Amino acid sequence: MIWETVRLSLISIRRNVLRSFLTLLGIVIGVAAVIAMLTIGSGTTEKVKADISKLGSNLLVVRSGRPAGPGGPGGLDQVVRPLAEKDLAALVAHLSGARAISPASQKQVRVIFGTESLTSGITGTDSAYLDARDWKLVSGRPFSDSETRSGTGVCLVGETVRQQFFGAGDPEGEIIRVNRTSCKIIGLLEPKGYTGFGQDQDNVVLMPLAAYQRRIAGNRDIDNIYIAADERTPTTELQPRVEDILRDTRRITPDRDDDFSIRDMTQIADAMASATTTMTGMLGAVAGVSLLVGGIGIMNIMLVSVTERTREIGIRLAIGAHEKHILIQFLVEATVLSLLGGIIGILIGLALAGIASVALTIPFAPSPAVILLAVGFSALIGMVFGFFPALRGARLDPIDALRHE
Amino acid sequence: MPGPVLISFDKVWKTYGQGEARVHALAGVDLAIRKGEFVAIMGPSGSGKSTAMNIIGCLDTPTAGTYSFEGIDAGRLDRNRRALLRNLYVGFVFQGYNLLPRTTAAENVELPLIYRGVARSERHKLAMQALAEVGLVGREHHTPAELSGGQQQRVAIARAIVTRPTLLVADEPTGNLDTARTHEIMELLTRLNGELGLTIAMVTHEADVAAYAERTIRFLDGHVASDTASLEVA
Repeated sequence: MIWETVRLSLISIRRNVLRSFLTLLGIVIGVAAVIAMLTIGSGTTEKVKADISKLGSNLLVVRSGRPAGPGGPGGLDQVVRPLAEKDLAALVAHLSGARAISPASQKQVRVIFGTESLTSGITGTDSAYLDARDWKLVSGRPFSDSETRSGTGVCLVGETVRQQFFGAGDPEGEIIRVNRTSCKIIGLLEPKGYTGFGQDQDNVVLMPLAAYQRRIAGNRDIDNIYIAADERTPTTELQPRVEDILRDTRRITPDRDDDFSIRDMTQIADAMASATTTMTGMLGAVAGVSLLVGGIGIMNIMLVSVTERTREIGIRLAIGAHEKHILIQFLVEATVLSLLGGIIGILIGLALAGIASVALTIPFAPSPAVILLAVGFSALIGMVFGFFPALRGARLDPIDALRHE
Repeated sequence: MPGPVLISFDKVWKTYGQGEARVHALAGVDLAIRKGEFVAIMGPSGSGKSTAMNIIGCLDTPTAGTYSFEGIDAGRLDRNRRALLRNLYVGFVFQGYNLLPRTTAAENVELPLIYRGVARSERHKLAMQALAEVGLVGREHHTPAELSGGQQQRVAIARAIVTRPTLLVADEPTGNLDTARTHEIMELLTRLNGELGLTIAMVTHEADVAAYAERTIRFLDGHVASDTASLEVA
């Protein structure tokens, strides 16, 4: 009986292909919008998470200046006291729960090899940096302790630097000019791609901090200290310890605010991911409104259909159709119609999301739950908005209905 | 050889409208039709014959009085129970055929069986049998638009008899047909009446059509004006 009714409704949808299609359009657009939004949104969330984990997971970054917010950092009224060797030494000596602690000072500098040149991010650091950032070497070796201490002119380069100067060739042992100094390449970093903010993470040159300070920065400052938490210590626990140690070594009295900031990359990752999720949800909800409009379209066309087929309803009632048979027939028809729209909408939505994921270089992340929900929701819309017209058809008086022209 | 009483009207009234606009379509009609009878119902428009036919076919209920069908007080049943009664016992043939458009002859004939919950293969078999009985073998896949008026009415008759009803209600079944087709249809109805013992109640306003029936009931102003054996009329 139900199968028969479904077949019947397919026949009646086919009889009015253009009208059925126009009716479906509302649902198709609504579902496609919801699916595309949610799929692109969850792809973006994944991308953001992945990007931030590329910055380093369980990572705290200490820099000088007050935490971000009103008045800071780098306000005009503020003299920024840079981080120094003794801050790093205090952390290394007293901080528990850290896997790696590493200083890093950075600057954009022109790098030259032969006739080629490239503006690259030069980082002065030590041998713990790779561990702190969770970076790996494709070839070569990290700085030795003696190289770090003495500030030897050695460096590790990223993939972009290699390609610019050596193509696919091996850069090891080559000497590049960095600003007014030169350094010998001793290793190649694993490629990491771009961050979500469009920054090329492979356009980097790492050199020992002492060499950087002496030959490039011309001072003894440390811009950042990277602290990677060990497996047992959450960054939220590590952060107050770091704060205590630094307040102590920097002699900050309790009545004054920190003159440094500690950024928790894990929290930033979570915050950004949840912001993206919220955004996705809102866009999805807006798209959901168009589903409602689609539902009203279905109701409208079902009312037209019931009126048009009054005589048919009369015939069916006369030959013994129960009220519920008529009700079910039109309900099934509305449901099949909107379900059809839902399925077409899902396909279009996934296609749009697929195109977007290629264009925006985000992962294509269709969610089976969202798709199932869309199917269920479009069927529900058909039932809800089809119910009133169907009831109207079922309640017709067979005598009047048979007389209807 | 009429059988036991199938249909009986006991002081049946049907009133439409209120106050000044009040109209008595039926004004205390008493009537009985026995099983196996072939009855023609005649009368000018507004005489109450259509109202009587709607009540006989369990499409409508009396305002007052009792209508019984097979001993069931059909006038007191709700619309869904009357739908069931129609499905089980009554077949309908209309002047305008009333076939579902763009639906094949076989599918049209199967329709009442669907509402009975008959399985698909059984339905098809019964439909083919009914189509054979009305002389439409080979036309089962034609849609109404591809059939002549006479053929469409045959499909409608097949649809009416496929459930093996007790009663066939025919509302001017030949009203849209030419003389030759009219006689073919009337011969078919007469044959079904004779062979299947089908009780037939038929509204017509043509005396030569009414002549096929054994009995003619004439309505006038909501009353039965005459109730005679057809031969005397013809």
